[in-house]
Amino acid sequence: MARSFGDKDLILPNGGTPAGTSSPASSSSLLNRLQLDDDIDGETRDLFVVVDDPKKHVCTMETYITYRITTKSTRVEFDLPEYSVRRRYQDFDWLRSKLEESQPTHLIPPLPEKFVVKGVVDRFSEEFVETRRKALDKFLKRITDHPVLSFNEHFNIFLTAKDLNIYKKQGIALLTRMGESVKHVTGGYKLRMRPLEFAAIGDYLDTFALKLGTIDRIAQRIIKEEIEYLVELREYGPVYSTWSALEGELAEPLEGVSACIGNCSTALEELTDDMTEDFLPVLREYILYSDSMKSVLKKRDQVQAEYEAKLEAVALRKEDRPKVPADVEKCQDRMECFNADLKADMERWQNNKRQDFRQLLMGMADKNIQYYEKCLMAWESIIPLLQEKQEAKKESRFLDGPRK
Amino acid sequence: MEQASPDPERQLQPGLLEPLGRSDAGLGVAVDEEAEGAREEGSGGDTMTHNNFWLKKIEISVSEAEKRTGRNAMNMQETYTAYLIETRSVEHTDGQSVLTDSLWRRYSEFELLRNYLLVYYPHIVVPPLPEKRAEFVWHKLSADNMDPDFVERRRIGLENFLLRIASHPILCRDKIFYLFLTQEGNWKESVNETGFQLKADSRLKALNATFRVKNPDKRFTDLKHYSDELQSVISHLLRVRARVADRLYGVYKVHGNYGRVFSEWSAIEKEMGDGLQSAGHHMDVYASSIDDILEDEEHYADQLKEYLFYAEALRAVCRKHELMQYDLEIAAQDLASKKQQCEELATGTVRTFSLKGMTTKLFGQETPEQREARIKVLEEQINEGEQQLKSKNLEGREFKFGPMLRNVLARCNPVKRISLQSKCPKTEAQVNKRI
Repeated sequence: MARSFGDKDLILPNGGTPAGTSSPASSSSLLNRLQLDDDIDGETRDLFVVVDDPKKHVCTMETYITYRITTKSTRVEFDLPEYSVRRRYQDFDWLRSKLEESQPTHLIPPLPEKFVVKGVVDRFSEEFVETRRKALDKFLKRITDHPVLSFNEHFNIFLTAKDLNIYKKQGIALLTRMGESVKHVTGGYKLRMRPLEFAAIGDYLDTFALKLGTIDRIAQRIIKEEIEYLVELREYGPVYSTWSALEGELAEPLEGVSACIGNCSTALEELTDDMTEDFLPVLREYILYSDSMKSVLKKRDQVQAEYEAKLEAVALRKEDRPKVPADVEKCQDRMECFNADLKADMERWQNNKRQDFRQLLMGMADKNIQYYEKCLMAWESIIPLLQEKQEAKKESRFLDGPRK
Repeated sequence: MEQASPDPERQLQPGLLEPLGRSDAGLGVAVDEEAEGAREEGSGGDTMTHNNFWLKKIEISVSEAEKRTGRNAMNMQETYTAYLIETRSVEHTDGQSVLTDSLWRRYSEFELLRNYLLVYYPHIVVPPLPEKRAEFVWHKLSADNMDPDFVERRRIGLENFLLRIASHPILCRDKIFYLFLTQEGNWKESVNETGFQLKADSRLKALNATFRVKNPDKRFTDLKHYSDELQSVISHLLRVRARVADRLYGVYKVHGNYGRVFSEWSAIEKEMGDGLQSAGHHMDVYASSIDDILEDEEHYADQLKEYLFYAEALRAVCRKHELMQYDLEIAAQDLASKKQQCEELATGTVRTFSLKGMTTKLFGQETPEQREARIKVLEEQINEGEQQLKSKNLEGREFKFGPMLRNVLARCNPVKRISLQSKCPKTEAQVNKRI
């Protein structure tokens, strides 16, 4: 019973995990078991968003990619049960900046980098587009999962509007409406001291980003080494084939060894591909996440600084006015709201992170096991070939010439 | 041309006989009765029954290696490795150990033994020695001759070398080989008394001379061609393998960096801490597992190397055959021209005027019968030599290939498999810990 429930959850678009969506045919039960644990307590969802079907548009001015975004929802905010729109990277960028503006106290998930960081990669290559599609999908899912952000009006517009440009042009008007909070946030107050818990978060983020950066570098290095290993392996196998051409009786086993090495290299190639496609993007996302986290933290500091400055000003004039003015109180409220939002987001983020990394490392171990299983199978398959030859040889070897 | 031809001809004939006969000729060493008997029987040529004579009677093992310092011929301090050879006679019937002999030999003595065998058994593919210096090394593998792993692998190689000789129907009956196993002192002197060095030197010269055979024996040209290709393919294989090992080592060792980062990361995490810590630990284990895996693979490489050297030995035999063939052809040519001269002399008519004809006319008046007799002898020798050579060559060749190459391949896979299996549980352990 429990298992079938879990499996059902797995298929739901929003139950999505990086490893789960990318390896539907995983032979290991480890991942499935894990997802069962994770999704069994998942709250009921009423909003599902999927990014797929990238398309290339070639205009006179520019060439760009759009992605199809399909939304299904039972929420009252949506007039229709289902929407399908096409958006390009710029639109995602617009959404994110709108969210940042309108929800300054919340942690906004990161978008993938505008351009690939490592190496000059063709922006329109299938690989790049697919990686970006996954990242954008992840971005929208993170927002969908968020109890506050998912109700944001800009998000709604982004998902449903036929033509987003109309809203984009209204940007200025919107900005004035939302301007108040932005202005306050950017006020140049100086913070005396960060409260301990936020200081700890800041320190944590610094170290976290540092470590992830190192892991990212190591992972890339491993992939590089593996690719070089693969190159050698691809040369190694055929040497056995060359050898087999020289031999009569030995030809078959040697050919077998050659084929076996070939199978191993294919398995290795799959492994490195999986690493590049599944492992690295998650690391990148979390590195970017830590950046957006830091910027929210900074905004929080500003709000607190403003509050402290106002409080100080009031303290100076305390003799004149016994009561704390309303705007200072308002400011305090805002700070406390901010703190609460941030803490809630942080906790949510920590939870997500724990799950994601568990998935990630499991997936990695799983992929490795699969790889070694494949190699093992390849080697085991040629053992009978070799043993059989050995026995046949015992009987007839001494009499006739061994060479063809 | 002229100098080269008679020299090997004379040596090849006794090549087989001399070592056998020498036990009688007396080197002043008491010879085991059984070994003696075997020699006599062995000369009957029934190789099947006496095939594993030595292996059955005597167990040979190279059981230990030891680092030693001593003085060399130049009275200079030198460090070398000595290997303990243990031999044990075993009775057929009850398999009881009768006599145990143990003595120390160093690599150079093995080399001497092989050089001696090469000279005295030119028609046999003499088993190769393990490499003198580590070849086809990848960067983490020590090229030091004193490296314990290298010494250990060489010990195995030397043991194989002795076992291969002992299982050879002809080589196993060699006197010097027997002394090598049983007599620690004075062995070198015994070898030198055979005067093989002298022969080896002249042989070397002869081998270096370029010559062309008119009617090459197809079997041998094929064989030569095969050994050339085998040599090139195995050395290519070994080169690539070394690179593969290098890369694989890199892949594993970089995983070791994960170990450190994961454990540093675990310090700042609360709930994930333990998991990350253990993941880091498993990464360390994973990274260090490569050392054993590659060490195992080195044994596989050693086996490949043995066949690389076998190919060389095979080629040497082919070259010797070629040389002999060349001698044969020269002699045959000589014979033919002399016959013609004889005829001319006998009939007294010189159809074509030649310098040779002139000289024979001038000096060779009284020699036709003598020459005829000499030519006869020569002809016989040639034929005899050729036949013996061919049969021996064939024998040597048959001996080598079938069983041995197979061995390598049969062993190659378990090695690989073990290395792969050892990787699997480690990653698995890593997964289990995370749950």
